[in-house]
Amino acid sequence: MTRRAVFRSIAVIGALLLGTALGAPAALAQGQKVLKFIPQADLRILDPITTTAYITRNHGYMIYDTLFAIDAKFQVQPQMVDKYEMSKDQLTYTFTLRDGLKFHDGQPVRSNDCIASIERWAKRDALGQKLAEVTQGWKAVDDKTFTLTLKRPFPLALEALAKPSSNVPFIMPERIAKTDASTNITEAIGSGPFKFVKEEWVPGSKVVYVKNTDYVPRKEPPSWAAGGKVVKVDRVEWIYIPDSATAAAALNAGEVDWWEQMPPDLIPLLAKNKSVKVENIDPLGSMGLLRFNFLYPPFNNVKMRQALLYVIDQSDYVLGIAGSMKNGRTCYSYFTCGTPLSSEVGAAPMKGKRDFEKAKELIKESGYKGEKIVIIDATDQPIVHSQSLLTGETLRKLGLNVEVQAGDWGTLITRRSSKEPIDKGGWSIFHTWLVGPDLTNPAVNFAIRGSGDKAWFGWPTDAKLEELRDAWFAATDPASSKKAADAVQARAFEFVPYIPTAQFILPTAYRTNLSGVIIAPMTLMWNVEKH
Amino acid sequence: MIAYVIRRLLSTVVVMAVVAFVVFSLLYLTPGDPAAVIAGDIATDEDIHRIHERLGLDDPFVVQFGRWVAALAHGDLGTSIFTNLPVTQLIGQRIEPTVSLTLCTLVVSIAVALPLGVLASAKAGTWLDRAVMAFSVLGFSVPVFVLAYILILTFSVQLDWLPVQGYRNFRDGAWEWLRHLILPSIALGTVYVALITRITRASMLEVLAQDYVRTAQAKGLAPGEVLISHALKNAAIPVMTIIGIGVALLISGAIVTETVFALPGIGRLTVDAILRRDYPIIQGVTLIFSAVYVLVNLAVDLSYALFDPRIRY
Repeated sequence: MTRRAVFRSIAVIGALLLGTALGAPAALAQGQKVLKFIPQADLRILDPITTTAYITRNHGYMIYDTLFAIDAKFQVQPQMVDKYEMSKDQLTYTFTLRDGLKFHDGQPVRSNDCIASIERWAKRDALGQKLAEVTQGWKAVDDKTFTLTLKRPFPLALEALAKPSSNVPFIMPERIAKTDASTNITEAIGSGPFKFVKEEWVPGSKVVYVKNTDYVPRKEPPSWAAGGKVVKVDRVEWIYIPDSATAAAALNAGEVDWWEQMPPDLIPLLAKNKSVKVENIDPLGSMGLLRFNFLYPPFNNVKMRQALLYVIDQSDYVLGIAGSMKNGRTCYSYFTCGTPLSSEVGAAPMKGKRDFEKAKELIKESGYKGEKIVIIDATDQPIVHSQSLLTGETLRKLGLNVEVQAGDWGTLITRRSSKEPIDKGGWSIFHTWLVGPDLTNPAVNFAIRGSGDKAWFGWPTDAKLEELRDAWFAATDPASSKKAADAVQARAFEFVPYIPTAQFILPTAYRTNLSGVIIAPMTLMWNVEKH
Repeated sequence: MIAYVIRRLLSTVVVMAVVAFVVFSLLYLTPGDPAAVIAGDIATDEDIHRIHERLGLDDPFVVQFGRWVAALAHGDLGTSIFTNLPVTQLIGQRIEPTVSLTLCTLVVSIAVALPLGVLASAKAGTWLDRAVMAFSVLGFSVPVFVLAYILILTFSVQLDWLPVQGYRNFRDGAWEWLRHLILPSIALGTVYVALITRITRASMLEVLAQDYVRTAQAKGLAPGEVLISHALKNAAIPVMTIIGIGVALLISGAIVTETVFALPGIGRLTVDAILRRDYPIIQGVTLIFSAVYVLVNLAVDLSYALFDPRIRY
């Protein structure tokens, strides 16, 4: 073959390809209402039970339904359940499912599906485990009716089944729910208002859902995850755009309809656009936290931890994370401010003018010998990074030997599981944040626990805290529950399992042609209409 | 020539084997644990340990490497730890945007850079030459992401001519496909244009000083014919070489470009996998990249024979 022939062949192939493409019709659905949404993170794991990632929880709300749900007034409401009753001895609950519940594979939702789903969830979730501890057994009476029998009264049984954040007790078909609780499920089949389109899923880029036309919503108006889940669009596309400047440009240009969470510095840019609405739709926001390593000096000494309570200035952290006090507030509580159990009991050291002298006194009393303090930082997570820098600076002001070691989130979450001392890759402090619903009471606030090896990273041991937590579980009415929660918090401010650093809200932004966006601590997509 | 090609292809296998071993070792030594990422923020030691066991991450290096190589021998690049999807499927989903971006960038770059380089050499020392060289320096100096943001702001947000982000498949229509690639190709291609322009100019200047060019001019050939038919053809080999070497530049640039323009390509797949420690994807993509790089350079070597008949393999 001559050189000329080679060049000619290349040109012909190119022309043929171009011709084919020019003649190909665009495969776009006509007349469909498509909601294009930029999620806070990329959906990687489809199983809302094996992971606590919020993006997977939100995916769960798209395709699954729950037996109960918490509404905006923090009341438990039936969701898949039509009616339920509790026996007089408070040991037996009988649930009856609503009519017309159907999974996306066409099979009806049966009692056995619900039981298997709850049992799998209870193996992973902390509140679920607590429920499992007191459970005598689940029993299917018939396809629509099942019972829960308890060993002893457990006032939080319904709250557990209505748990709004990770892990949420979503209902799956029995054959899927029988999967080992540590193994990711591979089929995303629920009975929720949207269906997951697996064929169009491009991890790292796009997730597609279509309206579940078989879904029968409740009649009540939507309130958080309770009430009627009426879907008003035909299709939802989650388009993951990792670069926030590009995401802002895409929303401004109208290429997408809704951006779930934006960094505070881009708020003014989007607020200028009259076709875009920037709004705080999360009534509870999130809480930043500073976690200690209790295994090694200096923070194995309570006085060192207490010293920090006197110098951590929450206003600085709100500004650092959220950019403005408009997007956050100080919250001197271990339970999310704005929820029934929040209070400022025991919080005096955190409030008012910061007292460096008092902190130095406590440090002296602790016998601090200049041990190195390592703060592990994740520079790819702005919320973690800003907190790390602020804490580093505060500790330096106290004259402590501190080093902020920068890495990425993947490194931080690996390193924080190390129980080694500092000189062998260990750590002293890390920061993270949790959404409001994960900190509303002693049952879901796992960071407050003092169960040693079984506790969250940092592994604090405090029998008294555990005892008070157990006492809270035994509380039978709102007043005694509040009193018990106050006791837990008072002890927490003495023992300091972690320091709450700020309550902040990352606003959402959407095009003004959207309406019906639900105000809730989770991003929910039913009721949203595109005009 | 066939023997040469076979020899080079065999050497590709060796290169890929070395790359595979080095990458696997590096990942093994690098801090980071996919089990911790999978478990999420609200995980306990027990949760992470359970996931470790399930994924076999506690096995010794030799066992893990052996398992991976054995699967590789059967054409299996493994399964993503996070999505449970086969790595081949994930790469398959992502290959079209990256190939499209790379090809468009190459076409745009060569189409712009060759004439500029030839023009600069033909008008060496004039303002035109200096302007081309100034553009070239600028092209080298401006980071891809800065240029990308400027392009988005100008052509997407202000003028509303082109989309900000995303990708359309070629089969969904050539115009939509092209529209989504224009800005990314310009952003990624600018540095490449600068590189090829400089090399073309330098190579042409060297050829234009040769006796046979002077002879061609003395024989009265038109300046254009001398430049294109005589000089450019002989100056093509260094240019082809730099195009081959530049593929590495394109691959690394594609990672940034795909991130900024939200193109679902292999570059982003790689970055996401690194951040999450999704080892099977990192290993699979690295293998593919190394194979592509070696094969592109083989193609460049073979192309020498097209431009210079004296070269024989």
